[in-house]
Amino acid sequence: MDELKLLHVLENDPRISITDLADILNETEEVVVRTKRRLEDEKIICGYHTVINWDKTNRDHCMAIIEVGAQPERESGYDNVAAEISKYPEVSSLYLMSGKSEFMVVIQGKTMREVADFVGQKLAPIEGVKHTITCFVLKQYKVEGVVVTEDEEPVKRLIVTP
Amino acid sequence: MSGAKYLNKLIQEIPPSGIRKYFDMASQMEGVVSLGVGEPDFQTPWHIREEAIYAIKSGKTFYTSNVGLPELRKEICKYYQRRFGVSYDWQNQCMITVGGSEAIDIVMRTLLDPGDEVILLQPGYVAYEPLVRLAGGTPVIIELKEENHFKLTKEALENAISDKTKILFLNFPGNPTGGVMNKEDYEELIPLIKAHDLVVLTDEIYAELSYGDKFCTISSFEEIKEQVIIINGFSKAYSMTGWRIGYLLADADIIKSMNKVHQYCIMCPSTISQYAAVEAAAKGDNDCDVHRESFEGRRNFIVNGLNRIGLKCHLPEGAFYVFPNITSTGLTSDEFCEKLLQQEKVAVVPGSAFGKCGEGYVRISYAYSIDEIKEALERMERFLNSLK
Repeated sequence: MDELKLLHVLENDPRISITDLADILNETEEVVVRTKRRLEDEKIICGYHTVINWDKTNRDHCMAIIEVGAQPERESGYDNVAAEISKYPEVSSLYLMSGKSEFMVVIQGKTMREVADFVGQKLAPIEGVKHTITCFVLKQYKVEGVVVTEDEEPVKRLIVTP
Repeated sequence: MSGAKYLNKLIQEIPPSGIRKYFDMASQMEGVVSLGVGEPDFQTPWHIREEAIYAIKSGKTFYTSNVGLPELRKEICKYYQRRFGVSYDWQNQCMITVGGSEAIDIVMRTLLDPGDEVILLQPGYVAYEPLVRLAGGTPVIIELKEENHFKLTKEALENAISDKTKILFLNFPGNPTGGVMNKEDYEELIPLIKAHDLVVLTDEIYAELSYGDKFCTISSFEEIKEQVIIINGFSKAYSMTGWRIGYLLADADIIKSMNKVHQYCIMCPSTISQYAAVEAAAKGDNDCDVHRESFEGRRNFIVNGLNRIGLKCHLPEGAFYVFPNITSTGLTSDEFCEKLLQQEKVAVVPGSAFGKCGEGYVRISYAYSIDEIKEALERMERFLNSLK
């Protein structure tokens, strides 16, 4: 079966049922279940996440994007530093970048204070980290391909056309 | 009513579209799930819309040349070469029209003398037959068969050709059947087309929505290329129905003469839409691919669903319609659609709207979300059970 097609469908709708998935891909449910499980095992599918606009809830939420300058090591390059940074659950995404700083780290916390403490007390002291530049997120507009600000009215098509 | 006496005979003889009735009925109802439209459900991709806005901001709002913007004609010819492997000269073999519909009209008005016959394939798009008649031509209908997967066969074509035949009008992938012709299917027809010197008018508006083999244009047969007129446009592939941009690719002499009709009745298509279309033709290949993959999944979904609820249909190879046979219900196409709409509020289109031989079928569009299709299938299942 075409795995890329399976991945495209799941990327847009991770909650889709196996029956529907099998119908869309024109495969049996058994083949779909087996392929999906294998893609999960091989970490090609790494998770099924929900896009939440926390700004609309009454829960405190604070997000920051942090540039991290780092010193590479012989043999492992940046991998050990990255592994250290990754251990913290506050870190939701971590990328090695081209440009001025080595890493881009996305931090999720409850308050600005909490994020600031994390950067000062945990992130910056990691061995190999040279500097940090913290940018707090002020408002979310689009997350993971989804526009989370107010929706436009959907445009209606005519009911029957030739 | 008093105006009726002024109408010409030709227009009085043309019946209203068979789709109108369902449109009027469904529009009055609340909670209708429609599988009745002939247009994609995607928004026009933003990079294309943005070009139109930029054209307005830059004041690009004057007439273009009658045949259309040079940039657009260049990009369309490059597109046909890149995607389908046939080459046309943008300077004298390409012109821009107001959608595919205008293109059909001006072909007929340019080529037909009174009494000339045009071979039409039915079930077929609703506009073809009236436009032939309005131009003074005589339609000759070939009835496409379900058992041939709604393809045109050599035998059927041979029987339809007379000494008055001027045009063979093709539409593959086809509305409403989703039928497709591949290279081998066309090979059978080429000697006949050559021998009878037929003009082949090919409406390729659904070319990008071919799911099995790669799309084959009949103009790729060099021996008849001069006889072929291609109609295409941006509506279906790029989800640009409301922009009204179509085009014609043909022999230079034919283009020149079609432009005579076009320049007096249209002048030129919307300049703003033409600028948007330049962007689509130049940079929209990925949009076509994304749209196709999405439609293919929905086609599979609806065909599996329809077969499960007992409306048997084969897997159509193109466009975004399925055309199931409903004779097992004992209802006519019209009765089926009317009852389905009244009982379960699902709008589909009777096959008979696409020609007499469409009787016994309905056209179901899958240019809808999976959730909408699912809801419609549930309602249709209830409807079918109520008939037992």
